[in-house]
Amino acid sequence: MAFTLPALPYDAAALAASGMCQETLELHHGKHHNAYVTALNGLIESKGLAGKSLETIVAEAGRAGADGLPVLNQAGQHWNHTLFWQVMTPNGGGDSLPAKIAAKIESDLGGLPAFKEAFKQAGVTQFGSGWAWLILDASGKLKVTKTPNGSNPIATGEGTPILGADVWEHAYYLDFRNVRPNYLQNFLDKLVNWEMVESLMEKGGMASGQSA
Amino acid sequence: MFQPARRSLLLGGAALALTMPRRVFAQAAAPAAPTGPFTLPPLPYDANKNEAAIDAMTMEIHHDRHHAAYVAGLNAALKDQEQLAALPLDELLMNLARVPEAVRTAVRNMGGGHANHSMFWQIMGGAGGEPGGALKAAIDRDLGGFAKMKTDFNANGMRVFGSGWTMVTVTPAGGLALVTKPAQDTPLMEGQRVLMGNDVWEHAYYLRYQNKRADYLAAWWNVLDWDKIAARYAGAMGGTLRV
Ligand SMILES: [Fe+2]
Ligand SMILES: [Fe+2]
Repeated sequence: MAFTLPALPYDAAALAASGMCQETLELHHGKHHNAYVTALNGLIESKGLAGKSLETIVAEAGRAGADGLPVLNQAGQHWNHTLFWQVMTPNGGGDSLPAKIAAKIESDLGGLPAFKEAFKQAGVTQFGSGWAWLILDASGKLKVTKTPNGSNPIATGEGTPILGADVWEHAYYLDFRNVRPNYLQNFLDKLVNWEMVESLMEKGGMASGQSA
Repeated sequence: MFQPARRSLLLGGAALALTMPRRVFAQAAAPAAPTGPFTLPPLPYDANKNEAAIDAMTMEIHHDRHHAAYVAGLNAALKDQEQLAALPLDELLMNLARVPEAVRTAVRNMGGGHANHSMFWQIMGGAGGEPGGALKAAIDRDLGGFAKMKTDFNANGMRVFGSGWTMVTVTPAGGLALVTKPAQDTPLMEGQRVLMGNDVWEHAYYLRYQNKRADYLAAWWNVLDWDKIAARYAGAMGGTLRV
């Protein structure tokens, strides 16, 4: 089986009023994400990935360190973007979160303002390309973290992402130019699909349903 | 359309709305005023000089915002490090191990960014073409000729996953070598001199080329100034080239 580009869960123009224009989404999904899927499919045979789930491939490539990077770059980015589309929604963000995720953020991270600040900080301090994450760690606690390039907390073994923000410049350059802090603020204020994040928390993370 | 006088205004932040979308910059903090020894070198030509490969807006944002942020970040990282802040930039980067651990990553990222971009502006502003003289001879000797160097350099640029640089270095023994560096690392950190390099961070090309990095890499050669690059080569061989 080959990996496939999942459809966007909304129209490419749907987030334009929330700070992510149609051109950004079309390029990001149709060109960038698609290129990762194509490149990953090109590695299935040479890297012996056949039959493995996307999650297994990411975890194994992460454990392999430098040797695993060629696979991790593509597989990680396929997984990361698949999550990214799901955790955004038109009219997302806001300050009234669904009850369970709100309570968990309160108890584990000191409340929504503290979480937002930590998440923004993670994204801003990820030098170069990468991702900011909200994860469930091994003990089941929420934690904010970051990873470079195509990696993610599954690959590093740090935990299970339930929210991720792409801080590669392609994610925000058309909308925010060099101003990454504004992109992250906007992501938190207007784009996060908190219902989805809560549901991922309850399910223990996203199952991509994809395998090689 | 690019006036040096206006650039200094742009650094103040207020005039940005004249040339850039208001919604983008309305909340952007202006780069901090110089607080340390490192300063942003002015672009050595108008922002539209490299139009054959790079649009003026990209040049302006890249220089006035991205590069300026590296300079401000470097000065901030060294504000309590009087001795290190007095070093020339290349020596600072060759001696990262001497930088206190608390600010080492910041000096590496911001200082590397300052060095890389200072080199980058210098070697552009020309009309492309081909190298001659001693530099051509070195390229023939070490890199298999200009055509092969170009192909290999661009292929290296495509292989950089995420942010980074594709470069030609001058080794301490005087040879030329092709290298890639992630993020804002620079061969100076290993005691090599940088002959030339292309920035493959997406900010270098996204406004005109979007995801098509290969097109940007191919067009970039049309704006190189081979006289400048030849002078860098002579400087590297003579021990006078810094960043
Ligand atoms: Fe992306
Ligand atoms: Fe740059």
